[in-house]
Amino acid sequence: MTDTAPSRYSASQWQLMWAKFKDHKLALVSLGVLGVFYLIALLGPFLAPCDSWRTSQFAFAPPARVHIFHNGRLMRPFVYGLKMTSDPGTFERSIAPDKSTVLPVRFFARGAEYDWLWLVHGNMHLFGVDSGGQINLLGTDILGRDCFSRDIVSTQISVTVGLVGVFITFVLGCLIGGVSGYYGGVVDNALQRFMEFVTCLPTIPMWMALGAAIPTQWSNLKVYFAITVILALRSWTGLSRQVRSKLLQSRDEDYVIAARVAGASDSRIILTHLLPGFASYLIVSLTLEIPRMILGETTLSFFGLGLRPPTVSWGVLLQDAQNLAAISVYPWLMFPAIMVVVCVLAFNFLGDGLRDAADPYKE
Amino acid sequence: MAEPTPLLEVKNLSKSYVLRGGFFDTPNGVVQAVDRVSLSIARGQTFGLVGESGCGKTTTARMIVRVVEPDGGEIAFWDDELGRLDLCLLSGRQMRPLRRKIQMIFQDPYASLDPRMTVLRIVGEPLRATGCTDQRATRERVAEVLEMVGLRHEHMSRYPHAFSGGQRQRIGIARALATEPRLVVADEAVSALDVSVQAQILNLLRELQGRLNLTYLFIAHDLGVVRYICDVVGVMYLGRLVEVADKASLFRSPRHPYTEALLAAASRPEPGRPVVHLSAPGTVPASGCPFLPRCRYQKDTCAREAPELRQVAPGHTVSCHFDLRLTGV
Amino acid sequence: MPATDTILDIQALTVRFHTRQGLVSAVDGLDLVLRRGSVLGLVGESGCGKTVMSHTLLRIEAPGRIEGGRICFFGPDGAEVVLDALDPGGSTIRHIRWKEIAMVFQEPMTSFGPQHTIGAQIGEAMALHGIASGTLQPAVVASLQSVGMPRPEETARQYPHQLSGGMCQRAMIAMALSCHPSILIADEPTTALDVSTESQILELLRERQAALGMSILYISHNLGVVAQIAHEVAVMYLGRIVERAPVGVLFAAPKHPYTRALLRSIPRVDRDCSLEALSGNIPEPFARPAGCSFHPRCPDRLVGICDQVAPALRRMDDGSEVCCHLYGEPAHG
Repeated sequence: MTDTAPSRYSASQWQLMWAKFKDHKLALVSLGVLGVFYLIALLGPFLAPCDSWRTSQFAFAPPARVHIFHNGRLMRPFVYGLKMTSDPGTFERSIAPDKSTVLPVRFFARGAEYDWLWLVHGNMHLFGVDSGGQINLLGTDILGRDCFSRDIVSTQISVTVGLVGVFITFVLGCLIGGVSGYYGGVVDNALQRFMEFVTCLPTIPMWMALGAAIPTQWSNLKVYFAITVILALRSWTGLSRQVRSKLLQSRDEDYVIAARVAGASDSRIILTHLLPGFASYLIVSLTLEIPRMILGETTLSFFGLGLRPPTVSWGVLLQDAQNLAAISVYPWLMFPAIMVVVCVLAFNFLGDGLRDAADPYKE
Repeated sequence: MAEPTPLLEVKNLSKSYVLRGGFFDTPNGVVQAVDRVSLSIARGQTFGLVGESGCGKTTTARMIVRVVEPDGGEIAFWDDELGRLDLCLLSGRQMRPLRRKIQMIFQDPYASLDPRMTVLRIVGEPLRATGCTDQRATRERVAEVLEMVGLRHEHMSRYPHAFSGGQRQRIGIARALATEPRLVVADEAVSALDVSVQAQILNLLRELQGRLNLTYLFIAHDLGVVRYICDVVGVMYLGRLVEVADKASLFRSPRHPYTEALLAAASRPEPGRPVVHLSAPGTVPASGCPFLPRCRYQKDTCAREAPELRQVAPGHTVSCHFDLRLTGV
Repeated sequence: MPATDTILDIQALTVRFHTRQGLVSAVDGLDLVLRRGSVLGLVGESGCGKTVMSHTLLRIEAPGRIEGGRICFFGPDGAEVVLDALDPGGSTIRHIRWKEIAMVFQEPMTSFGPQHTIGAQIGEAMALHGIASGTLQPAVVASLQSVGMPRPEETARQYPHQLSGGMCQRAMIAMALSCHPSILIADEPTTALDVSTESQILELLRERQAALGMSILYISHNLGVVAQIAHEVAVMYLGRIVERAPVGVLFAAPKHPYTRALLRSIPRVDRDCSLEALSGNIPEPFARPAGCSFHPRCPDRLVGICDQVAPALRRMDDGSEVCCHLYGEPAHG
């Protein structure tokens, strides 16, 4: 027996998991990317230079470019203002930068007012331009609203819908799967058949039906929670099945029998031995459930059956991009699609990394 | 000098499993895992239960610790305070205080410790589960038993993956001793260990028995180990006890052909010794003695009637029709 | 110059694992010679490196790396093949695997893939080594018959889970011997089996070895089993051989303190004895003792010598070799 105790010996399951997770570079990067997404979700309107609902005359303005040279002189970063022009030959109207109006980009500028997390009322934005002008880093939409601001606010909604739904999934899945797996027999049989029934219901039609059933007079917040419940109703079965199979497997392990011999009650065994045993698998499952929820909400909203304007989410924004013009002439409207793809991919890579690290004892 | 009452007495313990098969899991046969096993363990004694895999010794052990529910029979345990109790009649809650008195050591040191708990929590679990809520007292007791099994109290904060197989088995032993049990069931406790570690653990078990006045039910398949540590030996075959005797009698003059065959086939560190084979298990006959197909003395009566356990000498019972005075190995 | 009856000559083999926690020398300067037509028993406990060594012979030691020494295999035509220099994925070693050197593992049930029948798996091994597909089925049945399988045609059609442990191990041996290798490596083949099955498998191995004239490297931690089958025994501790002797000599007159301690730790079934357990544990792989790696646990250690200088291999008069300071000056040979 050595007298030195390497820290590995006192390392708990979580410390071992983290050490293994760090090896998975893609997962680490994804963790960072998701951190950015959730930071955006947290800071929300602070990051947006304009109001997401303020319309303007400049519909479909292209993304503004930030310049530092004006007439050959070096200045602080600025954008040009916008003006409407019409082509003399075709009478086609378009929006072009107005080189006579110089709008310096100011950091920590004062701008439109907003409520942050229902607590703080403020008007400080990370960056912006003086009032009267506008800075459209990602252009504007059909009503002249700033796409960048709308993208930021929609991120807030889209990435958090997944979290609430996942929480409901977690509770239902653990409860039903746990009872099914630990007690077995008739209870297990009955619950399994029920789960299979729920699984057999076709997902998208069911979501659409439930989405269409939401009363139109409900407030945005109510609709939001209704959507999360709808999404969760379908996804708990997957988790439940995993919990059940893990429990069935672990139930006969020697250390569980040792706990029974020691006098531990069933609930004690489940809570202190079995649940921590597959906490890591649970985390992986949940991590992979969130992108499904995000895609689910995006799909519903895209079909018009989820969140509705003026609430913005990625799905709602993508409704505006449903036509050929969006692809060819106003491609900046499709930016939410990129966000969906990046976010879902990041969650999947994170889930992969977690799954590889999940069993630190499987050397 | 005989003790007045035994510590554990098992009478006609039985357990069968229904085999299911087919599309609807219909029952299509019964396996009698344990078939009317009766034995008696005196205080301070080590009772060895031997047999090949599938003979029912592990199932018997698990029935005694009430992890598996018996189909029939009686398990009588003499508790210091409560007197004679039939464990089969106790409910889960009534069984809980008795859990302190009957503990178990498992075979696989890698599977019997929860890898996510520290040694302190593992060894302290029997104390907490049976109602000891004083954390400091638990900690002190854990430190005490760890020293008893040859580990140090600073090992309490480590996780099982930090220890070798032999050390893990010591942790398992410490866990079994935490509540000051009277009876310890060792289910193949040394079978998964290397030779040198096995010797250490066997010596540790003997020393602890003397120091703490423990009684062991020792399940094993290695006859050498059984000879070293047990006082009384019971041989099981296909769910039945076929021979029970004190160590000296069993090894010197076994009375059942199966015991004789096991002893002859056991390997020993002697090169050049002619190898004696025990034929492989075949089909079990529907009637008569279950050992008949593998027995070298097959006689007519054996096919007709199944033998019962009967006493052939003081303290020596055999389940065989013929009192063959077989010479020992 | 090795004797002409040598089939495998391992010199100073070193295999290391580079782990996040440090360097592990699983095999550390191992010398071993396997003679043609003989059975060498390799005895060692967990952590001594015997499995790593056996895997290295077939070049499946990854993620470990050979970092020293040499493994020379002398094929049936006498040609010398240096195994450690071969590409582990190359065609030479793939030809050698199974055709020249085959292996039987400890867990028979998990050595076969569960989705294919026994016959299909044995047939696959044979087909890879040149048996024509037309003659495959009879060859498979013949190989099962040669290992004493009671109903070979029926068994060939069965799946691994339908066979008992003993039958599965027989099938495993059939598969290993199907291409008539010169060397069979048996890595604890009877540890998971009952006493009755164990003695039969040992008998089978003995019979096959005599019939085919092949060499067997029998790895086990059980000295009783090794006594029954080996002609020569080598004892391994922490990656190197500490004693090697003909089987009669090793059991009658063990020299190395570790060998003696092992023999004293075996409980006897034929007489009452006392067990003198070896104190301490196998050292941590990252904290190998200086000098002789056994000295912390050795009851006979010489302070000042054993803890500083690693002993060299010494040949003794009775045909044994031992790596211990207690045995005089080294004899070069």
